[in-house]
Amino acid sequence: MKRIITATVQNRSGVLNRVTGLLQKRQFNIESITVGRTEVEGISKMTFVVDVEDNQKLEQVTKQLNKQIDVLKVSDITDKAIVARELALIKVVSTGQLRNEIQGIIEPFRASIIDVSRDSLSIQVTGKPDKIEALIDLLRPYGIKELARTGLTAFLRGQQPQVTELTSYSLLK
Amino acid sequence: MKVEAKPGYETKTQPKTGADLLVEALINEDVKTIFGYPGGAVLPIYDALYRAKDAFNHILTRHEQGAIHAAEGFARVSGKPGVVIGTSGPGATNLVTGIADAMMDSIPLVVFTGQVARSVIGTDAFQESDVIGITTPITKHNYQVQDVSDLPRIVKEAFHIASTGRPGPVVVDIPKDISANPCEDSYDTDFHLPGYQPTTKPNPLQIKKLADSLAKAKKPVILAGAGVIISKASLELREFAEKHQLPVTTTLLGLGGFPGQHELSLGMAGMHGTYAANTALYECDLLINIGARFDDRLTGNLAHFAPFATVAHIDIDPAEIGKNVTTHIPIVSDAKEALKSMEHHVKQSPEHKDWFDMLNKYKEEYPLWYKKPEEAMVPQWLLKQIHAKTNGDAIVTTDVGQHQMWTAQYYTFDRPNRWVTSGGLGTMGFGFPAAIGAQLAFPEETVVAVVGDGGFQMTLQELSVLQERGLPVKVIIVNNGALGMVRQWQEAFYEKRYSESIIEIQPDFVKLAEAYEIKGLRIDSQEQLVNALPEIFDYDGPVVVDCRVLQQENVYPMIAPGKGLHEMIGVKP
Ligand SMILES: Cc1ncc(C[n+]2csc(CCOP(=O)(O)OP(=O)(O)O)c2C)c(N)n1
Ligand SMILES: [Mg+2]
Repeated sequence: MKRIITATVQNRSGVLNRVTGLLQKRQFNIESITVGRTEVEGISKMTFVVDVEDNQKLEQVTKQLNKQIDVLKVSDITDKAIVARELALIKVVSTGQLRNEIQGIIEPFRASIIDVSRDSLSIQVTGKPDKIEALIDLLRPYGIKELARTGLTAFLRGQQPQVTELTSYSLLK
Repeated sequence: MKVEAKPGYETKTQPKTGADLLVEALINEDVKTIFGYPGGAVLPIYDALYRAKDAFNHILTRHEQGAIHAAEGFARVSGKPGVVIGTSGPGATNLVTGIADAMMDSIPLVVFTGQVARSVIGTDAFQESDVIGITTPITKHNYQVQDVSDLPRIVKEAFHIASTGRPGPVVVDIPKDISANPCEDSYDTDFHLPGYQPTTKPNPLQIKKLADSLAKAKKPVILAGAGVIISKASLELREFAEKHQLPVTTTLLGLGGFPGQHELSLGMAGMHGTYAANTALYECDLLINIGARFDDRLTGNLAHFAPFATVAHIDIDPAEIGKNVTTHIPIVSDAKEALKSMEHHVKQSPEHKDWFDMLNKYKEEYPLWYKKPEEAMVPQWLLKQIHAKTNGDAIVTTDVGQHQMWTAQYYTFDRPNRWVTSGGLGTMGFGFPAAIGAQLAFPEETVVAVVGDGGFQMTLQELSVLQERGLPVKVIIVNNGALGMVRQWQEAFYEKRYSESIIEIQPDFVKLAEAYEIKGLRIDSQEQLVNALPEIFDYDGPVVVDCRVLQQENVYPMIAPGKGLHEMIGVKP
């Protein structure tokens, strides 16, 4: 099962290596990992999407991460009300005639064309991973020359529903 | 007015360097004994140590591996962090085995490695190695000092992290320019580690749950691990077990945490544990694990581990709880605190007469056993003699192999902190240097190093240290002319194909000892041993004893790999 885990860490040298090394050592599969600074000086936030077999493994991931001295907080936010986004850059084969057609495809996704050359165009899209997957699928017939994705970053929504029985987000299939 | 300098008195005061700050920090941590080996990148540190000569007993081992295992032995018996210094590159990589060993067995160490100067880090400079990269997965934490003003604080943090919570090794990597360059007189050492706040007090609700389970249990058993020893909870454990009449088994590393000769003791559990202990773990309906980590050598096949039990697990490291064994009552706590709290919450529990009758029957009918030949020595008998001669109260270290298991089985410990062995990593070469460290921690105590003929040859260069320091360690070589544990597995699981496990040619260990100006003895028979025991143990100096034992002896009983606790082989017929 896929889970979204966030970790607040002290922005010390080697902390990324510490965390990824740990996940590798304990044989946890990382689907994606993002890291960046936060509103607090010296504190960074990491978002992992991990693929774990069962709850016991999941518990181990969070406990092992928590054990790291530079890690301040670890949360599994998969079942919470969250906002989660990923950014993808997609370079598609395209001649002038196709440009309008592609424009029409990407518009509902609120994606934009950010670079154009004689035989290709580059599209930027942000959203949940399934939305990005859907756009990629639609663009595939045109020929994808290059694809770069940032991985998922996420945090809790400002307000959490009172009921605990949130239907589990279908964000991660 | 002109002040005349006294002749021979250095008037020019040298400016303070990073290395001096390090020395001061070590003094502040009350460090007296340092195990180390010099080299280019730590020259400034050794120069500062020279200036502070009187403050430390620096033990120059003859290999960095010897230094770190000695520090582990020191730490294991004294409870204080062991301190190690090594140079960059090969000095640091020679320390790696000991760092990994200390990590597995939760031994507090603070290891200082030299590093090339900051200006050349990352250029493959002479004797550069990525110590942080190499040691990250095998340390509790590590630091590379980037600014001299951080050094005193880092040292303080390192000692704090190494010795609190679940202890472990911390590496501090110090670039040469930081230790060499002049710096201010002092820096702020206050530290705050928001990401490191070990939970030491148990949750009362969980303790209550355990109390309720105990009130209902018909077949309870305590499994005591090294956590009991580390948290100095032996007395509390004993009182708790006696009050509620609970049988106690220990792990390999937990030996001594509960008196081995106590009527409630079932002995050691695990691969070479007793029938009574393993059967108790199999049949129990309540298992109270105090400070053990459910290592696979203890549990055997997990499918058959405590299958009928409610499992309670007390551990200061939350990540150990539920890692291998599904746990019903998780208690994150220091062992001593948990036992104290239980003393509070647990009322008198019911008698478990049937359970005890059964366990006592197992103890009586299926004890540890071996066949004693007429004249030749078998290791089990040898270890019993040593136990008797030292009143079962020596500090005993072992190497890794058959002799280690026999020592665990036959040298019954009644007190904590007497037993030093490499459990988790199973590091050959550990036993002899560990004895040096233990002897330095307790100069007046009898320290026995039980080693194999194979493993002793991995670190025997440290005989120099025995001689040089006059340390009266008794080195007992259980010489079976083989890498015995490997030979045993090949006999049992590889149809006696003894691939590279029989050692045909051994050095003359007596002459070898003599080359280091140490007394050496060779013992070939039971009679010779009985006669030599006074010479070995009443003599006030180091002795190396080459004990020739029967090669074909095997360690029994045993849980074969992949088998469960209830499938022991080699139990007394
Ligand atoms: C550094 C290291 N290398 C290899 C091993 C694998 N090993 C475990 S026990 C053993 C045999 C040890 O032989 P010896 O020291 O003579 O002890 P014995 O088993 O004969 O008592 C070996 C090779 C190990 N534990 N450690
Ligand atoms: Mg041997």
